[in-house]
Order: sequence, then C-alpha cells, then structure tokens
Amino acid sequence: MNGRVGIIGIGYTAAQPTTPYSSFKELMFEAAQRAYFDAGIDAAEVESFVTCAEDLNTGLSIFDEYTPDQLGAVQKPMHTLTQDGLHGIADAVMQIKSGLVEVVAVEAHSKASNILTPDWILDYAVDPIFNRPLGFNPHALAGLEMNLFLHETGITPQQVSQVAAKNRTNALRNPLAAYPARLTADDTAAGPYAHYPLRETEMAQTADGCVVVVLASDDKARAAASQPLWVRGIGFANDSPTLESRDWVHAEYTRIAAQMAYRMAGITNPAREIDFFEVDDTYAYKELQHLIALGLYPNRPGEAGRALEQGLTRPDGKTPVNVSGGCLGLGWTLEASGLYRIVELVLQLRGQAGPRQLPGAKMGLAQSWRGVPTTSGAVAILSSEQKPWE
Amino acid sequence: MAGQPTNVRGTPVRSADLKKGRVFTTTYVPRIQYAWDTGQAIGRYLEELKNGRLIARRCNNCQRIMIPPRMFCERCFGPTHAWVVVKDTGTVNTFSLSYVSWDVRRLKKPEIPAVIEIDGASKGMGILHVLGNVSPKAVRIGMKVRAVWKPAQQRTGSITDIAYFEPIKGKAPAAKRTAKKPFKAKAKKSKSRKRR
Ligand SMILES: [Zn+2]
Repeated sequence: MNGRVGIIGIGYTAAQPTTPYSSFKELMFEAAQRAYFDAGIDAAEVESFVTCAEDLNTGLSIFDEYTPDQLGAVQKPMHTLTQDGLHGIADAVMQIKSGLVEVVAVEAHSKASNILTPDWILDYAVDPIFNRPLGFNPHALAGLEMNLFLHETGITPQQVSQVAAKNRTNALRNPLAAYPARLTADDTAAGPYAHYPLRETEMAQTADGCVVVVLASDDKARAAASQPLWVRGIGFANDSPTLESRDWVHAEYTRIAAQMAYRMAGITNPAREIDFFEVDDTYAYKELQHLIALGLYPNRPGEAGRALEQGLTRPDGKTPVNVSGGCLGLGWTLEASGLYRIVELVLQLRGQAGPRQLPGAKMGLAQSWRGVPTTSGAVAILSSEQKPWE
Repeated sequence: MAGQPTNVRGTPVRSADLKKGRVFTTTYVPRIQYAWDTGQAIGRYLEELKNGRLIARRCNNCQRIMIPPRMFCERCFGPTHAWVVVKDTGTVNTFSLSYVSWDVRRLKKPEIPAVIEIDGASKGMGILHVLGNVSPKAVRIGMKVRAVWKPAQQRTGSITDIAYFEPIKGKAPAAKRTAKKPFKAKAKKSKSRKRR
C-alpha cells in the first residue's frame, strides 16, 4: 500500500440560521447517510470515525459519547477532537497513512442556534486571571488584531469592507449558504462598528449545519463510486496564544500549517500552482491575513488589498477566494467551518459546483482557523490529479 | 485532621482567610445557556409524555421497537420506520439505591434510579427513571412496575411528567410478562427472560 489518501465521499446539510426540525443527532445522521451513499459504501465499511466538537458549544460534556449511534460508529474505533473539522481531516489522513485503517469518516456540525449565550461561551475561552475580569466582549480581540494588522500592512478599512461584500455576494450562487446578499463595499462599510475598526457587517453570523467526509486509502479510493479527490497536502499549527505578547499581524499558525502542506504536496508557488482558495473569513480582515500567511503575496502583504480591489480574488479572477461565500456568506458553522471549505473544494474539483463552477479547477486549498481567542489553524490541499511521481 | 497529607509543609487555607481577603482569589460565574432542538424523535416523545403515553420507533430491518424513540437505527444504520405506542408498565432491568444526592448530601432515604424495560418495546429497551412508593429493601431486579403520571394539567412535555415508577401490587417479579407482549415474535422470546 502506498501513502495516498483520497476523499471518496461527502455528505452535508445546507447551512441555516436555525434547524429546529432536527436534533443534532438527526442532522448528523442525514449528513452521514449522504456521505456513505456518495462514497458508494455501507456504514459498516467505515473502519474508524473522527468527530470534531467543542463540549461547550454542544452543551454536553464528553461529547464523543453522543456521536456513535447516528454515524454507524457503534463498536468501532472513534474519538472526538476539540478542533476545527480540518484537524479531523489531518487525523484521518494520519490514520490511513499509518496503515491502521483504510476508510475513515470525519464529522463536524454546528448547532450554534441552540447556544443562547454565545459571547459568554467565548468569554470562557479567555484567561480567567488576566483577561476575563476586564469585562469586555471577547470579539473585541478581533478588533485589536484588525487594528494592528491594517496599521502594519497598509490594507485599508475599505478593502476589508470589500471582502465582506464579495463573499456575501458569492453566496448568492451557493444553495448551501445561509446569508447570501447582493452587497457592495459601500453597503458593508455603512454598517455600525462592533469593535472598532471591525464593523458588524464584517463579522460572520453563525449557522447550523453538518458535514461528513469519507477518506480512504489509494486502493479503496480507486474503487469508490464517486471521483476521488486526492489529499495532496495537509498541515496544522498553533502560535503562542498569549494575548499580551502574541503576533497580532501575522497568522503564523496558518503560515506554518501551509508550509507543512506545501512541502507534502511539493508546491513552491502556491499562487500559480493552486487554482482556488477557501479560507477562513470569520471576520472579513481574516481572509486577507490568511491569504498573506498562505504565501500568496510574498513580496508585500499590502498586495492582498490591491489584488482584492482589482478583482483578482473574485470568482472570475486569477485567484478565486471563497467562491462558496466563506463564513461571511455561508455562515459560521463553528467546528464544521473547515469541512464546509472541503465540501466546496470537492464540488469544484468534481465539476459539480453548478452556477459557481470554476472552469478547469484541478487543485484547491482549504484553510481553517479556530476563531478568537485561538491561534489554531489547519490547511488542506486537494487535487483531482495524483502526484505524477506517486 | 484525618486525610490531611503529612508530608507537606505549610499553612492550610481556612474559609475565614478567604472571607477576610487574606488570600488572592478570583470569582467567575459563567452564564451558559442552551435551548436544544428536540428534532423529530425527541419532540414526538415529549409530546406524547404530555399526553400521558409512551411512544417508541420500530426498525423494520431488525424488527426492534426502540424507546426512547430515534429516527435512525444504530445497528442497521438506516432510518427507523414507524411510531409504536407502548405500555407504561415494565420490568426493572437494573437499579441502584443512591444514598448521596447530586449535590453530595447524605440521604437517609435513598433515591432509586432504575432502568425499566418497557412492555411492548424490544428486549433491552428501556427508559431510565426513578422508583417511588416502594421500600428500598423491597426493590428487586425483574420487578414489575408501572408509571405514576403527574396530573394532566401539570405535565409539560418532560421526562418528569412521569413522577416515578411504582411496583405493580400482587405481581411476582418477572411474572406474566408474556401476556403483556403485543408482538408474537417477542412473546416467544420472553420465555427465556423469566429465568434471568
Ligand atoms: Zn434496525
């Protein structure tokens, strides 16, 4: 067996502001059924399961105890990562590459609408001695980061507003998106400040949804019902999270994760070699910060803003970014965010993206961030083609 | 003081020290609230509890009748197929006499959590509840019990709409189970159950 790993199936529900008609288990069952059907396998053929969930987001401690039944994982190896779904993809890749198993299902979902006090849960993530007693809303940490990021890179507030307008508009072509809207940068720039310089219109709104991704070894992938997409590169990293001394300007966690993935994929010039990007845009400026960390503008970070203004990151541009609508347009689906990026990659690379299909897309990159106050990120590179030398 | 480590030097912190501010402390009371979507299975289950009856789901593939109901069968990994009203009587599958309350107070009269296999549901299918109107010494595995419902106007669509399960007087443990079984296939199996 060689070390290749393919994605052989995806199952998902649309991202929606609320999903009162389904319990989280019913949501997961729906996505799992779709994923196994897409892969042309029975649940019994999945050998190992990874779910990605944060107990405080679910309202259940030891959440891994609540996942086997609806995934077909009863009496099978399974575990839960308190990470974004892209870390789950990395987990599955390692399990398969190690030869432990040949078929792994990765699940992540959001029932964000069930959390009545989301900002309090976010507050619970900041340091109880140094930070919490100060009493400000933890989303202001994004305001702190954005302020220095703009100051250091020369990226303008107008360019950030333009990111929000682009992604909300992209979502109009995505039936999975919860927050499509035809907006201009002037529209989003007119929004009130939430945490200066961050505007309300530049913050992704939460959505519910579930994604299941099935990964398989080379042999199993070739026999799959749907066209397999090959995991060409994967990487993940954390920076120092300390708010008092962290790097506010550079998304180092993403730069390092990307370097891991590029090394694995043999990529030296990502802007030229990768056809499109799905990156975290939980706050609009993060799209630009993450693209810089991915090495798209190696000469000067300020180019990220100019490339946006020139339309290079639009769906019809040279380097399309967040054609799906991103978190701003599709909705911020908590731990499932990274897997919705994977869904877009798979649909585009299979040629199944409908009205937003990018012509000739052969390789795509997905990047995720765990949100404030974290410095946790992951990168995955998928391609419809295997590496010629493998 | 019993239980205090003998190999550690230092001064123990007393509650008076905390009250008088002699030690540094920080207090944080999280406000964490959820409103979980019941979805289809739990939603219908709670609705029927409010109506004063128990409802289950049947999987036509493995023929199990499952309570609490679920829209998927974890054994067959497929959807379940039909709603089945089951009885509000059953058999104590296992129980505990719990002498320590949830907030760690010692109880003279124990709480009695029990798993009750519900009549009409498949073997091994039960609901977790509490027993009442019974002496702790009299509780037995295999004991026949019935639901004691709250009055209709007090029911809210909650598992506590059943106040507790109580013994069915005059019924020997695990006796007459065959008569309670609505399904033929299950009625045959119940013979082996008697000896458990
Ligand atoms: Zn079944």
